[in-house]
Amino acid sequence: MTDAISVSGLVKTFGRTRALDGLDLTVRSGEVHGFLGPNGSGKSTTIRILLGLLRPDSGDVRLLGGDPWRDATTLHRRLAYVPGDVTLWPNLSGGEVIDLLGRLRGGNDPRRKAELLERFELDPKKKGRAYSKGNRQKVALVAALASDAELLILDEPTSGLDPLMEEVFQRCVIEERDGGRTVLLSSHILSEVEALCDRVSIIRKGRTVETGSLADLRHLTRTSIAAELASPPDGLADLPGVHTSDIDGTRVRLEVDTDRLDEVLTHLTRAGVRSLTSRPPTLEELFLRHYEDQAADR
Amino acid sequence: MTATAGTTQLLKLALRRDRVMLPAWVYVLTATAVGTAYSTKSLYDTVAARRDFALGIDRNPANLALEGRVFDANSIGAISVWKIIVTGAAMVAVMSLLLVIRHTRADEESGRLELVSAGVLGRSAALGSALLTAFTANLVLFVPAVAGLIAVGLPVAGSVVFGLCWLATGMMFAAVAALTAQATESGRTANGLALSVLGVSFLLRAFGDAAGHDGPSWLSWLSPLGWTEQLRPYAGDRWWVLVLPVAFIVVCLGAAFTLVGRRDLGAGLIPPRLGPAEAVASLSSHFALAWRLQRGVLLAWTVGFAVSGAVLGSEADSVGSLVGNSRGTQDLLRRMGGHSGMVDAFLSTAMGILALLASAYAVQAVLRLRAEETGQRAEAILATRVGRVGWASGHAAIALLGSTLLMLVGGLMAGLVHGARGGDMGTRLPHVLWSAIVQLPAVWVLAAITIALFGLVPRFVMAGWGVLAVFLLLGQLGPVLRLKQWAMDISPFTHVPKLPGAEMRFTPVVWLVVVAAALTAAGLTGFRRRDLG
Repeated sequence: MTDAISVSGLVKTFGRTRALDGLDLTVRSGEVHGFLGPNGSGKSTTIRILLGLLRPDSGDVRLLGGDPWRDATTLHRRLAYVPGDVTLWPNLSGGEVIDLLGRLRGGNDPRRKAELLERFELDPKKKGRAYSKGNRQKVALVAALASDAELLILDEPTSGLDPLMEEVFQRCVIEERDGGRTVLLSSHILSEVEALCDRVSIIRKGRTVETGSLADLRHLTRTSIAAELASPPDGLADLPGVHTSDIDGTRVRLEVDTDRLDEVLTHLTRAGVRSLTSRPPTLEELFLRHYEDQAADR
Repeated sequence: MTATAGTTQLLKLALRRDRVMLPAWVYVLTATAVGTAYSTKSLYDTVAARRDFALGIDRNPANLALEGRVFDANSIGAISVWKIIVTGAAMVAVMSLLLVIRHTRADEESGRLELVSAGVLGRSAALGSALLTAFTANLVLFVPAVAGLIAVGLPVAGSVVFGLCWLATGMMFAAVAALTAQATESGRTANGLALSVLGVSFLLRAFGDAAGHDGPSWLSWLSPLGWTEQLRPYAGDRWWVLVLPVAFIVVCLGAAFTLVGRRDLGAGLIPPRLGPAEAVASLSSHFALAWRLQRGVLLAWTVGFAVSGAVLGSEADSVGSLVGNSRGTQDLLRRMGGHSGMVDAFLSTAMGILALLASAYAVQAVLRLRAEETGQRAEAILATRVGRVGWASGHAAIALLGSTLLMLVGGLMAGLVHGARGGDMGTRLPHVLWSAIVQLPAVWVLAAITIALFGLVPRFVMAGWGVLAVFLLLGQLGPVLRLKQWAMDISPFTHVPKLPGAEMRFTPVVWLVVVAAALTAAGLTGFRRRDLG
C-alpha cells in the first residue's frame, strides 16, 4: 500500500511564531485519517501547506507522489478540499458555486450532485449571502463529494452541521472510503473521528504527539474497571499500572494501564469477583490527556 | 419598554463608528461648496460676464441636464452656486442614504442588530438612531457650508436657503433609505433601491431642465432634486417650496416606522431573489468568475465615462465663450494660442482627468485580488487546477482591459459630441479619441503598480491609492509649487504627450508600456512565490 500523504519534519514559521515544529503525518491510500489537535495547534497550516497555498520552511512533504508547492495545479486535479471556514461569493447562488468548482476541478457528475443536494437538503438557488454557516459548509461539501477526486481534504467540515446532517456526512464519508478514496479529516468532533477513522494523528504545538490506529492508541492508555468483590483486596492500589483507585470495602474502581490488565485481573480474581464492568478508554480521554499535558505545560 | 428605548445609546454607537467617515464627508462637501463659490465669484465679477455665462448655460442642454438652470443671471450668488446646488445636493443625498442603510438594514443583515436587540432596545430604536445620525451629519454640514458662503461675501438669506437645499435633500433621501431598508433583506439591495430613487429624481429634473421653455419643464417638479433647485437660493429665495420636502419626509418616515413596527427582525417586504440552481455553461473558468464578479462595477463605470465624455465634449467649444469676457482669462487665452489652442488645452486636460479616474478604476479592480485572498475565497479556486498566475491574471486583465474600455468610451463620446457640435466630425473625432488613447500607458502603469504591490508586499497593497494620490497632487500642485522636473517626472502622467495641441512623441509612451509590463510581470512572479493569506 502506498502513502497518499507523507510529511516529515515539517517546519513553518510566521514571523516569530513557530506554527509547525517538525510535524510528521502519514496518510495511507484508501484510509480515512483523523487529524486532531487543539485550536491553534497547526492543523489548518498543515492542510494549507498540503494544498500548496503556503510554502514550508523545511521538512519533506509528498502528496499523491508529488511536491504540493511545485506541482500544485497537476495535483489539484486529483483532490477536493473543504475549508474550515467556508466563505462564498455573496451574489452567486450555491448551485452556481458547486458547478463552478466542479468545472474548475474537471467536471462533476450531475446525477451525483443532484443526489447529494437531496441528501444534504440544500437549496441551491439561494445566494451566497443568504446561507447560514452550516449551509455554506454544505455547499462546499457537495462540491467536494460530487467530484471524482481520489483524495478528499476536509478541514473541520461539520462544525456547523446539525446532528442529522452530521449523520448524512458520516454515511457519505464511509461511501467514499468504500469507493477507494483517501480522506484526511481534521475534526474536533471525537465521535465522528471514532466512527469514521481508520487511523488518527494527534498534534500539539505543531508536533505530532500520537499517531496510529485507534486500537493502537487505546493500548497506550488506560482502561476503567469497576468491580464488586467477595472480600476486600490487599495491596491493589500499589500494583504497577494502577493509577487512580477508589476502594470502598469490597467495591473498587480503577484506572489501569491497558498493558497491565493481566496482573490486575489476576489480583482481583484472587479476592473473588461478584460483578465486573470494564470500559476501553474513549477518544475523549485520549484526547484530554494530551490537552491536559498542554495545559500543564503552560 | 417603549418602541424608542435605547435610541440614544445606538446614536452614540453610530457616531463613534462613523467618527472618521462623517468628518471626511463634511469636509469634502464644505470645501467643494465654498471653493466653487469662491472661484466662480471672482471669475464673473461683472454683470455682463454673468449674463454671458448664464446665456451660455441656457444654450447648452448638457449643462442644463447635469447642473440645472440659472434662475437669475444678475445674481452673483446664483451664478456662484449654480455648479454645486444640484450635484452637491445629490452627493449629500448619497451620504445620507448610505448612512441610514449602514445603521439599519446592513446591521440587521450581518446579525449585529440581533446582538444588541436582545438588550433593552425598542423596535424603532435602530431606525430612529440611524435617522438621527443622518440628521446630525446634515446639521454639521449645514453650519460650516452656510458660514463659508457668507464668509465668501454672498448674501446671508440666500446662503441659508442654499444650506436648506442641501439639508432638505439629505433628509429626503435619508427618509427614502429608511423606507427601502424595510423593503429588502440585503443591505446592498436597499442601497441600490435608494440610489435608483435618487437616479430617477436626477433624470426627471435633468429632462425637465433641459426641455427648454416649450418642453415638459414640469417634469422637474416631480423630482425631489427639482424641489431643491426650485428653492432658488440668491434668486428669489422661495422659502415656501420647503413645504414639499417636509411633506415628502413625513410621508416616507410614517410609512417606514409603521413597517418597522410590524415586521420580523431580519425580514423584508420583498422576498429575496433566488439565483439559478445551476451555473450557466459559460461560468466554467476562473476568468469567467472574475468577469462575473467585476462586470457590474465595470458597467457602472462605463456609463459614468460615457456621460462624462459627452459632457466634456459638449463643453469644449464653449470654453472660450464662457470665460471670454473676463480680463484675466483674455490674457490666458492669448497666451494659449487663441480659441483653438484653448479648446485643445481643455480637451487635453479633460482626457487627463478621465485618465486619473480610469486609473482609480484600475486600482480598485486589482484590489479585488486581495479582497478575494483575505476573504478566503481565493483558496477554494486555488485548490482546484487553477494556477496562481492564471487566477491573478484574470482580475489583472479586467483591470487593464476595463480601464482601456473606459478611456475608449470616454474619448469616443467626447469626440462624437465635440464633432457634432462643431459640424466637423471627420477631424475632431479622431483628434479627441487619439488624445484619450495616448493616456492609456500611464493608466496601465497605475494598474501595474498595484499588481506589483499585491504580488510582492500584499500587506501594503492599499498603497496603490496613495501612489495615485501622489501622482494626482504632482500633476495639480507641481506647476503651482514650481517643482523640479525630476520630481514631476515621477508621475507617469507627466510623460503623456499633451494631445491634441502638442506634438505626438512615441518614446515616452513606449517606455510607459515597458514599465507597466515589467511591474505586472514582477507582481505575478512575486505572487507565485509567496504564501497565501
